[in-house]
Amino acid sequence: MAKQRVKFTFPQELITLPIIYELGKQYNIVTNVRRADVTDDRGWVVLEMDGPIEEIEQALEWVATKGVRVDPVQGDIVEG
Amino acid sequence: MPYAKALRCRECGREYGLEPLHVCEFCFGPLEVAYDYEAMHRNITRETIERGPNSVWRYADLLPADPAYAVDINAGFTPLIRAKNLGEHLGLKNLYIKNDCANPTWSFKDRVVTVAATKAREFGFETLACASTGNLANSVSAHAASAGLEAYVFIPSDLERGKIIGSSVYGATLVAVDGNYDDVNRLCSELADKYKWAFVNINMRPYYAEGSKTLAYEVAEQLGWRAPEHVVAPMASGSLYVKIWKGLQELSKLWLIDSVQTKMSGAQARGCSPIVTAFEGHTHNIKPVRPNTIAKSLAIGNPADGYYALQVMEESGGHGVASEDEEIVEGIKLLAESEGIFAETAGGVVISGLRKLALAGKIAPDEVTVAYITGGGLKTQEAIESALELPLHVAPTMASFEAVLGERTQARETAAAV
Repeated sequence: MAKQRVKFTFPQELITLPIIYELGKQYNIVTNVRRADVTDDRGWVVLEMDGPIEEIEQALEWVATKGVRVDPVQGDIVEG
Repeated sequence: MPYAKALRCRECGREYGLEPLHVCEFCFGPLEVAYDYEAMHRNITRETIERGPNSVWRYADLLPADPAYAVDINAGFTPLIRAKNLGEHLGLKNLYIKNDCANPTWSFKDRVVTVAATKAREFGFETLACASTGNLANSVSAHAASAGLEAYVFIPSDLERGKIIGSSVYGATLVAVDGNYDDVNRLCSELADKYKWAFVNINMRPYYAEGSKTLAYEVAEQLGWRAPEHVVAPMASGSLYVKIWKGLQELSKLWLIDSVQTKMSGAQARGCSPIVTAFEGHTHNIKPVRPNTIAKSLAIGNPADGYYALQVMEESGGHGVASEDEEIVEGIKLLAESEGIFAETAGGVVISGLRKLALAGKIAPDEVTVAYITGGGLKTQEAIESALELPLHVAPTMASFEAVLGERTQARETAAAV
């Protein structure tokens, strides 16, 4: 089992979709939201994912293909 | 060191011990070092600082690392230059350039890495690590070499060869990661969880970031213990910009300078300007972007401190300003031709932004203004190569030289007439 902390940023067209709910249904992971901010034109959610590492990786890949931006919670790590 | 008392969450305010942590366990918000300012006020004076070494370590009492463990390759105390020529060109009578090209690895990153490396040694880490495309990698590699620590530097696999040499020369292990920036970000985030390494901008980040405060301390001291009236600084993650503000506020809190009335303006490249775009849109909501600019050292599409940078901009009455790539090149040339300082692309962003702000009347002609130049131009020569005049080619004779020189003079006169 593993835990991963990530930030999802949703573009306007995905804000109303239950993506985190579907994530938990399709993959064997528990999602735990810690902070979030959603407005009518964009939204972000900081959450922890708990489950087998392969499931977490697949889930992150799935959410990215939906058009959600996935980042580490601390923002970009690669610096100039 | 004795004055740093805790790590505090910038979102929920929860406190933690001074450990290698970077996010709050409760809300995952970023952690920042908190100090005992009352004790600092009792013990720190201008004189105690002035007795210190000519490096960032003269401000050791205001930093969260113990100087007894200092990994010190002489970062900081770089020149503050009165920029008369550039000031005249821009209509600014009190313009100064803080020239951080003069650091040991030619960028301001030495300030943050010396603090992070010192803290890493204090914590007992044996390996220093980072993910970087340039300046940070160079600085981590150099400091690790000096400290006898192992260094792992993660780079995107398509990074130009020239940028790799500036790190590998110090003996660091470079790891080229296949994939895009997001992939490198994610991998390093996972590695930082698994390996007992000091990742300077991950688990060392609260300490690392504090090194940028020395940019404010030095400028205030070099101006005769006063804050500038206007600052123009580059913004990537926004951390440097926020810490300059924090540094000035601290000096005022400790009665080392008068109250701070500094307008904090931040500059980005238009091809990666999430903070300026939010400023222009009158929102604190930062939309991450995919960077597309020659200013690679500022190419952070998802800035960790963007929200806090916007708060500082608003609170101080400063401005956000963004420049196109051509304007960045013009900025590099303008600084070089007017003041003899060859800056990297981030410096071009600052000078171009400074020029825009001056022309728009957003910097008053008499304001004591400091523009921060954070890295040297030899690292990004390819960015300006095509914008420079080619050498004059002559035969080894006086006649040839004078003929070619005459042709050039004539060409310049014709161009000026047009």
